[in-house]
Amino acid sequence: MGLSSYILRRLFYGLILMLGVVVLNFFLIHAAPGDAAEVIAGEMGGTTEEMMAQIRAHYGLDQPLLWQLWLYLKQVAVLDLGTSYHFNRPVTELIAQRIWPTVLLAMSAQLVAMLIGVVMGVLASRKPQGAFSGFVSVFSTVGYAAPVFWTGLMLVILFAATIPIFPVEGMVSARFRGSGLAYALNVAHHLVLPATTLGILFLAQYARLSRTAMIEVLGADYIRTARAKGLGEGKVTFRHALRNAVLPILTVAGLQFGNLISGALLVETVFNWPGMGRLAFDSVLRRDYPTLLGVLFCASAVVVIANLVTDLSYRFADPRIRTGGR
Amino acid sequence: MTDTPAPRIEAVSPLREAWQQFLRNKPAVAGLVLLVAIVAFVLYGRYFVDADPYRIVWAPLSAPGANEAVPLGTDFLGRDMLVLLLKGGAPTIAVGLSAALLTVIIGISVGALAGYFGGWIDDLLMRFTEFFQVLPALLFAMVLVTLFAPSLVTISFAIGIVSWPATARLTRAEFLRIRELEYVTAARSIGAGNQRIIWKVILPNALPPLIVSAALTVGVAILFEAGLSFLGLGDPNTISWGLMIGQNRSFLLEAWWPVAIPGMAIFLTVFAVSLVGDGLNDAFNPKLRSR
Repeated sequence: MGLSSYILRRLFYGLILMLGVVVLNFFLIHAAPGDAAEVIAGEMGGTTEEMMAQIRAHYGLDQPLLWQLWLYLKQVAVLDLGTSYHFNRPVTELIAQRIWPTVLLAMSAQLVAMLIGVVMGVLASRKPQGAFSGFVSVFSTVGYAAPVFWTGLMLVILFAATIPIFPVEGMVSARFRGSGLAYALNVAHHLVLPATTLGILFLAQYARLSRTAMIEVLGADYIRTARAKGLGEGKVTFRHALRNAVLPILTVAGLQFGNLISGALLVETVFNWPGMGRLAFDSVLRRDYPTLLGVLFCASAVVVIANLVTDLSYRFADPRIRTGGR
Repeated sequence: MTDTPAPRIEAVSPLREAWQQFLRNKPAVAGLVLLVAIVAFVLYGRYFVDADPYRIVWAPLSAPGANEAVPLGTDFLGRDMLVLLLKGGAPTIAVGLSAALLTVIIGISVGALAGYFGGWIDDLLMRFTEFFQVLPALLFAMVLVTLFAPSLVTISFAIGIVSWPATARLTRAEFLRIRELEYVTAARSIGAGNQRIIWKVILPNALPPLIVSAALTVGVAILFEAGLSFLGLGDPNTISWGLMIGQNRSFLLEAWWPVAIPGMAIFLTVFAVSLVGDGLNDAFNPKLRSR
């Protein structure tokens, strides 16, 4: 199977998954007790039956259910996710402002966690019974067991009062008016603590996983062959062993994106990071269903796209899959 | 010439063997002891410190040790942290257990059917599973809890609904492997039906990895419940460790203890659960046996 037809097939499959998310969204909102008109009326501070009927007509809530589903699907197809009850602005517009901070946070946490985690795992695998290897095992259990929002709050205590070198709130300084490189640096400075918090959670998993994968691979015959050829330990570890150990790591990385978004949601709340997580949280408090479901839709889309990219990188990393011979 | 008696070989059941292996694993035993201690603290602590957790006992945000009557200090309203900690553990652990149970039931059912029958049933169920893996779990649980009033039941349900895919995949993989083995063919040849083969023949043999994953699921579910309560989406009528953190976080810079202590409790519980889970994993792994 050629690469392009493979990508097309995966894209098609991703679209079907998204369609499923939309249909699920629709039925969830209709299964919930009370309807949207009541929520909107509540936001406006009470209203008459007549007004309620008008609101229902305006949002099409008086139509048959399947017809409403069809209208909803048509809307979503042109990326119209409805209007926020609270802001009275298109949900797509609200999310467009918030999606990049979340992607930035999630991707930097993922990258840092993978790089440091793999290095730690590789070093630990060299002496599986050694002290560092033991440290990696303990560290990975600790990192997994600490609630991510709590880690964040502990970092806030540490960096707000004791060592005030990193900002603990927001994405840019309140009075910052620069652009270009200065802006990027300011954002990066604010990114350190949230990304570290989110990264620790995943760093632990990557360290543990790559340690196990490397120990397994280092016992293989081709590694003995490589050593017998007289290759240096560095070359054996990184060129021969790591290339083979990287596949399980990639697989897990691909499955992590949903968790990454869930973690980002909590971290954003702790550090006041203006991403989709905060938007979702605020929408929950305001009972702003269109925005909440819009965030769920976009977050799922991010996961679908991330999975697609992982699949492709998997093909790239493993020549057996690339040539189609399984 | 006298007959020397043949050396007696004691039959050791696999479960017993795994248990003995588990007991040799020091971190796992430590985890088990810690877990039992935490559960005992949560279940029986009220016999030692029985008080109304909502009662205001001292000045708000007084530090641990500042007053002997409140050894762990007070929270932002002046309630006793020790009493809150005692009362807050039960819902967290209860939700953790029931959500994990639900996860295991859904996961095993879906995985067993997919792995055993294969073909279009497998395809259909696996597409269904992948669909649930695309939804960001915490966000989806947030949506469920928001739409259907938050109570301990809704929360357990929401966590169960978002966590079963991993268990389903694991069960499916085990069933795919085991259904080809001779004893399954043998069972079928003596006329065992599908029901019997799935639940009585294959499932018991697929259990070891599923028990490990169930143990780890309890940890994940506890973290989940903590996250939801921290966001204020837990049951509003129950005190839980996550809720304590969420309520006190605005005063974080004045007082670390109302945030740090319940977080430590969550951390220790999940840490203990995962040590036990890892221990079970090693105990069931024949490669690591009798070393």
